[in-house]
Amino acid sequence: MEGKTLTALLELKKVSRSFGGLLALNEVSLKLEPGEIVGLIGPNGAGKTTLVNLVTAVYGVSAGEIYFDGQRIDGKKSHEIARLGISRTFQIVQPFPKMSVLENVAAGALFAGGAKDLAQARATAEEILRFVGLSGFANASASALTLADRKRLELAKSLAMKPKLLLLDEVNAGLNPVEIQKALELIRSLRDRGITILIIEHLMKVVLTICSRVAVLHHGQLISQGTPQEVVRDPRVVEAYLGSRFAHRTQQGKRNG
Amino acid sequence: MKRTLWVILLIALAAFPWIGNNYALRLVTIMMLYCVLALSWNFIGGLTGYPSFATAAFFGLGAYTGAICQGQGVPMVVAWVIGSLLAAVFATGLGLAILRLRGHYFAIASLVVADVLREIVNSATPLTGGGMGFNLPILKLGVDAQAKLFYYLMLGLALLTIAVALFVNRHRLGFGLRCIKQNEDAANMIGINATVYKTIAFTLSAVFVGGAGAFYASWVNYIEPGDVFDVLFSVKPIVMVLLGQAGTVAGPIIGAVVFLLMEELVWRNFLTFHAGVLGLIVVGLIFFLPDGLLALPARRFRLWRGKP
Repeated sequence: MEGKTLTALLELKKVSRSFGGLLALNEVSLKLEPGEIVGLIGPNGAGKTTLVNLVTAVYGVSAGEIYFDGQRIDGKKSHEIARLGISRTFQIVQPFPKMSVLENVAAGALFAGGAKDLAQARATAEEILRFVGLSGFANASASALTLADRKRLELAKSLAMKPKLLLLDEVNAGLNPVEIQKALELIRSLRDRGITILIIEHLMKVVLTICSRVAVLHHGQLISQGTPQEVVRDPRVVEAYLGSRFAHRTQQGKRNG
Repeated sequence: MKRTLWVILLIALAAFPWIGNNYALRLVTIMMLYCVLALSWNFIGGLTGYPSFATAAFFGLGAYTGAICQGQGVPMVVAWVIGSLLAAVFATGLGLAILRLRGHYFAIASLVVADVLREIVNSATPLTGGGMGFNLPILKLGVDAQAKLFYYLMLGLALLTIAVALFVNRHRLGFGLRCIKQNEDAANMIGINATVYKTIAFTLSAVFVGGAGAFYASWVNYIEPGDVFDVLFSVKPIVMVLLGQAGTVAGPIIGAVVFLLMEELVWRNFLTFHAGVLGLIVVGLIFFLPDGLLALPARRFRLWRGKP
């Protein structure tokens, strides 16, 4: 029993959150093992971003417990959680617009990545910009980047914090197929560096190629969990996405075929 | 080159009391006071992006604390230090309470603080003299010697404020404050303890202002609530910082100097309508130079190269 809680990097135990009368998350329990890439999918409004916001303490939990690296983190402040080793990207990118790309990344290295001073933070930032392929824009203003590059900047900022766990909220939304391909390579190389990743994603192609495990949220409830192949065959998932009639039909199709 | 320029300026300022007359000395002393106010506001307003109107509260608090302490027989220098520290402690507590508000809400909350303090001072007549004002013990010094003393005191305080501002600007504190100004939620997400950083900035915006208030009380020998809690002590530093350039060290200094010169020139030439004329000039400058006077060279440079 104890061994299990020790191996999970992130564990949500019956986590709920309500906004007024709306139950955005309802007793969600989820575990992330070190080194995994877990996909979090679900229709719009299912509570995916709320889950990320609870882990990073943008909101507090209404009920339930969250553990990271064996330590209870619900009730901690955002900046404390960041320093423990959880970093995130935002669905709507949140750079510091008037700072240079390098300064944006250096901020992450300085305040959560353990850099001793500004000079060291800048050095780390340069290295990370090279890694994500933004070196050429180091001195550009963050607000001058294209959407794809701003998403990459968001990722670089998170990486500068030396995270153990990375929460990616729709990093691929709005990117074209070539840009997505590049982003996926980047995400894989992060896993190879030992970073555990939770990725919120709408593109099924991405989920199927990159995730070792998928969790499906619908109306704030975790309705299915498993390998990508298992999950897409789960009638509850099909129903959530396409409606009950379609789910019924696929079930029938399976029986006939 | 730049360093020699600074050294020359410093020597000129140090030698000034022996060259200028008492009118000029008074003017430059006020200039130093304005530098302290502008640089102080810059910590919270310019760097952190929280539009504080609490400067008058800190100034008045420092002035009355210094005055009352001296009235009770505390040595002058100790009274100044107490005035400065009390303003800082007050700002820390106040900051923890109102820095959770953002934008206009913070501005309004900080605006009423000076009024509340003024009413308290007004009604605590046995301690403060109330609306009759407070007479400080007379210094046993000649008029010229007093002018020189307070000139050097303000100069020293201004230099100290500049030194702290330079340090903060290059330190992680300044970096963190700039992050908070641009996106406080994102700043929290990258591990900045925004509450602590903002409170430090607010305290820094009070400590030197409190000291300046205490100097001021000793300098003018008589203070009254309406004088030291004047809302203009809150508004002028903001105008100075915006005039120079917010978020820098040189900007507030340039803004303070230019503002004082404008104020003095306008006041002398438009006795009956000086506040109105000054207001128009300030509105015009901020309208046409939103990034302040410091942005001027860059703008001219761009025009030369034919870019918009």
